Amino acid sequence: MTNSWTDIKNTDLVVIMGGNAAEAHPCGFKWVTEAKHHRGAKLIVVDPRFNRSASVADYYAPIRPGSDIAFLMGAIRWMIANDKIQWDYVRNYTNVSYLVRDDFGWQDGMFTGYDEEKRSYDQTSWEYQIGEDGYVLTDETLTHPRCVWNLLKAHVDIYTPEFVENVCGTPKDRFLKICEMIGETSSPTKTMTSMYALGWTQHSKGSQNIRGMAMLQLLLGNIGVPGGGMNALRGHSNIQGLTDVGLMSNLLPGYLSMPRETEPDFATYMSSRGNKPLRPNQMSYWQNYGKFMVSFMKSLWGDKATAGNGWGYDWLPKLDIPQYDAMRMFEMMTKGEVNLYFCQGFNALLSFPNRGKMTEAFSKLKLMVVMDPLETETASFWENHGIHNDVDSAAIRTEVLELPTTCFAEDEGATVNSGRWLQWHWAGATPPGEAKSDVWIMAQIYQRVRRLYAEEGGKAPEPILNLAWDYEDPEEPTAAELARELNGRALETLYDAADPTKVVLEKGKQLSGFGQMRDDGTTSGACWIYTGCFTEDGNNMARRDNADPSGMGVYQNWSFSWPANRRVLYNRASCDLDGKPWDPSRVLIEWNGEKWAGADIPDIAVTANPREVGPFIMNPEGTSRLFSRKLMRDGPFPTHMEPFESPIANPLNPEMRGNPVARMFQGDVAQLGDRTEFPFVATSYRLTEHFHYWTKHNHVNAVTQPEFFVEISEELAAERGIRKGGRVRVWSARGQVWAKAVVTKRIRPLTCDGQTVHVIGIPIHWGFKGAARKGFGPNTLGPFVGDANIETPEFKAFLVNIEPASEGVA
Amino acid sequence: MNIDLSRRGFMKLAGAGVATTSLGAMGFHEAEAAEAAHVRDFKLATTTETRNICTYCSVACGIILYSKGDLAAGEKAELLHIEGDADHPTNRGTLCPKGAALKSYVRAETRLTRPRYRAPGADKFQDISWDEALDKIARAVKDDRDANLIERNAEGVPVNRLTTTGFLAASATTNETAWATWKVVRSLGIVGFDNQARV
Ligand code: SF4
Ligand code: SF4
Repeated sequence: MTNSWTDIKNTDLVVIMGGNAAEAHPCGFKWVTEAKHHRGAKLIVVDPRFNRSASVADYYAPIRPGSDIAFLMGAIRWMIANDKIQWDYVRNYTNVSYLVRDDFGWQDGMFTGYDEEKRSYDQTSWEYQIGEDGYVLTDETLTHPRCVWNLLKAHVDIYTPEFVENVCGTPKDRFLKICEMIGETSSPTKTMTSMYALGWTQHSKGSQNIRGMAMLQLLLGNIGVPGGGMNALRGHSNIQGLTDVGLMSNLLPGYLSMPRETEPDFATYMSSRGNKPLRPNQMSYWQNYGKFMVSFMKSLWGDKATAGNGWGYDWLPKLDIPQYDAMRMFEMMTKGEVNLYFCQGFNALLSFPNRGKMTEAFSKLKLMVVMDPLETETASFWENHGIHNDVDSAAIRTEVLELPTTCFAEDEGATVNSGRWLQWHWAGATPPGEAKSDVWIMAQIYQRVRRLYAEEGGKAPEPILNLAWDYEDPEEPTAAELARELNGRALETLYDAADPTKVVLEKGKQLSGFGQMRDDGTTSGACWIYTGCFTEDGNNMARRDNADPSGMGVYQNWSFSWPANRRVLYNRASCDLDGKPWDPSRVLIEWNGEKWAGADIPDIAVTANPREVGPFIMNPEGTSRLFSRKLMRDGPFPTHMEPFESPIANPLNPEMRGNPVARMFQGDVAQLGDRTEFPFVATSYRLTEHFHYWTKHNHVNAVTQPEFFVEISEELAAERGIRKGGRVRVWSARGQVWAKAVVTKRIRPLTCDGQTVHVIGIPIHWGFKGAARKGFGPNTLGPFVGDANIETPEFKAFLVNIEPASEGVA
Repeated sequence: MNIDLSRRGFMKLAGAGVATTSLGAMGFHEAEAAEAAHVRDFKLATTTETRNICTYCSVACGIILYSKGDLAAGEKAELLHIEGDADHPTNRGTLCPKGAALKSYVRAETRLTRPRYRAPGADKFQDISWDEALDKIARAVKDDRDANLIERNAEGVPVNRLTTTGFLAASATTNETAWATWKVVRSLGIVGFDNQARV
């Protein structure tokens, strides 16, 4: 989230599209209710189902799964045509006036540079025109045919209300009404918030869905303002933290990136990072990359990291491909290329698409290690459970170790909420039986492997032997020790760069902010964005002052929010070019003539002159990007792409299947289904009574939602002879499931491209372990393809068939 | 809370059967204090309270664990009850149907309590000691790494890449667990490393 849960109360309009907050994030959704009640805010819901959020919305419109880009580009087209643009914001805070290279273009649903063989674009032309001074060329009059504004106008021209209706199945009058409601927030004193979740990410073009809305929000001037923003409602309690700390195949902590093997040394690695500004006076904050990176390396390798050895650069793993993401690892397993796999609190057998493939992958491992508080289907993938897990145990040779871990009630530490608050919690219960903390388990594995290397020698022992591990008890580091390491400290006494007699921080003291980090090895800090969380003042994540003097939902002294305890990202953009808030009744920060100050921590250098320094300080432009250059693999503007399995052909290019640059493995292409055999669109979702595959272990939740079901319209039920509560078989090109049929008015058939499109809703919460009845999930059916940029599987739109099934068969 | 008595603090004082005099000190009139004195002792008054955060979704509601026994004092603690933290700015004491049943997850019958091992072809788990399990893992990791680590690529660049062992990390663990995990996993050279953010 750019903003926070409590900030939602400041909004005038909530758009829930690509999520279902009332169902999946109920206590956060209360802030929508608060805004409706106290500000008179309106709520719009756009979703294939009339879901729980829709039931309390002011306005609802249906949409075909996988057609969101068309809807959003249509909305942008409408804003442009009706001049619902926050012009002062757009002119000054976006790249709307920047000139783009002459050879960039778009035709038949594709951008310039497509290479069909490689399934990727040569992105050379997706770039600005750069002047001799090294800065981007601009045209403030917005008349130049190559400026972003004119390219954008041309790009969205095709997305007329009729096009939207035809592709999305959204009735034109509903689409237009929503455009009107959204358009009102182009006023500097009106704002809109976007709340989305997996409904936007789980597509082969998920990142572009989100970009589409981000662009719309920029045109309306709604980013960086209270009550505005792009608010990703994250799933797990610490999915934000795990991503921040870089537990991703392509990341280091703090969104630094893993080195590639084409970067043989530290100097080469650094040469393509630390962006120089693209416009005069801009902060381009990633210029500090080296300070964050060296501090991280000092936390990782301690004294062993020196200037002479590139801070231990050789010991980091180097990538030969963009990423070894989970789906690639499973593909490699099916080929026998992986021997050993750890699942730490991750029920992969139920989480990734094409469960048959997952079972095959796991069956080819030599050893699987599962750490979990609960029994999981993954740990028992080799157990036969009839139709619910139809495997031949004897034929599966994989060894499995299942290790019992503590859960939240039994351990201590911080989790990061969706709004980036690092909140500390304490243990209040003794672990059951012999259950141990994950930290203890990881430390034990490390100590034992380390001992083996020390005793026996072996391949490349340096990274293992040189890892900094100076905890008081190396067998079990404490949460506080690890948190202090994430924050970082002064390894030598730090002096002021301007006045070398002035001590900034004494040796050994915790850093108070990432501004103190150095690239000469005198500071450590494992995750720069967290610096400030555990300072000489103590553990700031444990702060519990819930006062909110500004009344803006800031809660500055409650826990710690990254970065720098800032609650609303890009908040400089909440003020005009003179530093005055767009809306005087909603003030987060303002320029007082000398500096920036206010209830929130300014997202800009406090003395930065508002007329010179742009609000988007991480970007070398200083502005936000309506045209995203080469940053996304599938285009600098979002363009409509059909799901890989779709009931209609892409009207922009009937030859195009799915996202033309999404990765598809050979075996999975053969397992794609066709609309003639699989005429119905399936989409997965979650229920308020359940959390993923955990709460089916709880007696209470298992009682409230005991049984797997699928949800279909009355029309589809009639067409297929399915009765309410009857048993059905649902199958795709990859597998089949049996379920109870919920026949409902909440899903209605749509008309797209002249055809009737039926949608089948499939909740995710059942398996063969726990207290609830045995069941299935959509992952038995879904296709093994992910988003072109980040490899999130396409669970929200794929094709299935359905028929009544006889009752007794099990 | 800095100045005002917090909502939680108030409930705790008023609920825990404190003497009439302290109710008076809190500004209650005599009649109200007398009334309060008749109220039965709050059942959870003898428990230890611990601040925690709901482990499910990223709304991250504040919760209070009530346990018999005090971990901080070195005692065993048995979880008796969980409720919403009324002082928490996001949820203000409320919980959804998942959070309200959190205790049922902590104490689920299918919680794991001891390490288990499944042999090739077996149709059952068998018990294994922690020591044996951890030694087995360390041995397997080292053997796989020694056999398959790519130390240098064709150009002679040190790449320290291990693709034959992979790791999926948990998104309900703490940042601190995450960092300890990161260090161990990456020091081994593992590149197939992800968390639930991918799904
Ligand atoms: S579910 Fe029942 S107990 Fe919970 S809020 Fe609703 S009515 Fe009250
Ligand atoms: S109580 Fe419900 S809304 Fe709150 S964090 Fe837990 S799951 Fe999320």
